[in-house]
Amino acid sequence: MEDAGFVIGSYVVVFGGIAAYAATMISRARRLARRVPDADKPWT
Amino acid sequence: MANAPAGGITPTHDTGTRATQVFGTLAALGVAWLCAFGLLFSPADRDQRESVRIMYVHVPSAWVAYLAFGVTAVASALYLLRSSHSLTWDRLAGASAEIGVLFMGVTLVTGMLWGRLSWGVFWTWDARLTSTAFLFVTFLGYLAVRRLGGTQHQRAKRSAVLAMLGVLEIPLVHFSVRLWRSLHQDATVARIEGDPDLDGLMLFSLFVGLIAFTLLYVWLVIHRQRALVLEDALEAHGLDAALVERRAEAALQGGGR
Repeated sequence: MEDAGFVIGSYVVVFGGIAAYAATMISRARRLARRVPDADKPWT
Repeated sequence: MANAPAGGITPTHDTGTRATQVFGTLAALGVAWLCAFGLLFSPADRDQRESVRIMYVHVPSAWVAYLAFGVTAVASALYLLRSSHSLTWDRLAGASAEIGVLFMGVTLVTGMLWGRLSWGVFWTWDARLTSTAFLFVTFLGYLAVRRLGGTQHQRAKRSAVLAMLGVLEIPLVHFSVRLWRSLHQDATVARIEGDPDLDGLMLFSLFVGLIAFTLLYVWLVIHRQRALVLEDALEAHGLDAALVERRAEAALQGGGR
């Protein structure tokens, strides 16, 4: 593929960025959830 | 999801539910489908050749950023206008803005990569690029304002006003290519003239991207909004504990006199 570095790089930036954000956010949420009683979690 | 063993209830240690599992699975399938169509099945463009494949992630990122900032503004308006002033709207606004900034950031980076191939430069102070960067910085500022001190309602009010002003930049960004002379191409799908100016398989791949990114946005917003509920609950518990401690100290001092 012509310009593969740029094309694949753009997909890596997008999905890598979103995955890194999601992993950080969910792991932080899990740490917080351990310290909060279920009564304060409306989704449970 | 936590399992409930016989004889007791296990506390839930995450922000996931059946709904997030469904959205997460659909989003993952959508992303896989997008990569297959975007990188393999869709044809190269006559003029832009292979670099057109960046469009399938660049345009949906921009779309989701607009959507996210729009949701932030609507949720902010609902917080301000409804008599209950529910913090649920404020949290939705904050969660959506954070994800909007993420998607706007990747829009800028993928746009720079595409620009390098199309125009020969990563960046130029073109109307579309500059207004997009301005929108990105505005909502970065919104996230900074949310971290200022004060009560939860003070935070909600000041950030709601900023969100409702910031969202007014979106039409400016979208129509910047028509309002000013711009290097950036005009709209190829949402055209004033009517039919999209794209090959059928290219249009389908772009449509797959829009669906996949919207599902990702919904999945991320649900998790982030719940994480904000946890942050606010911990803040409230911390305040309660500090008050109890202070009252105990005061009682001890009063008893000692």
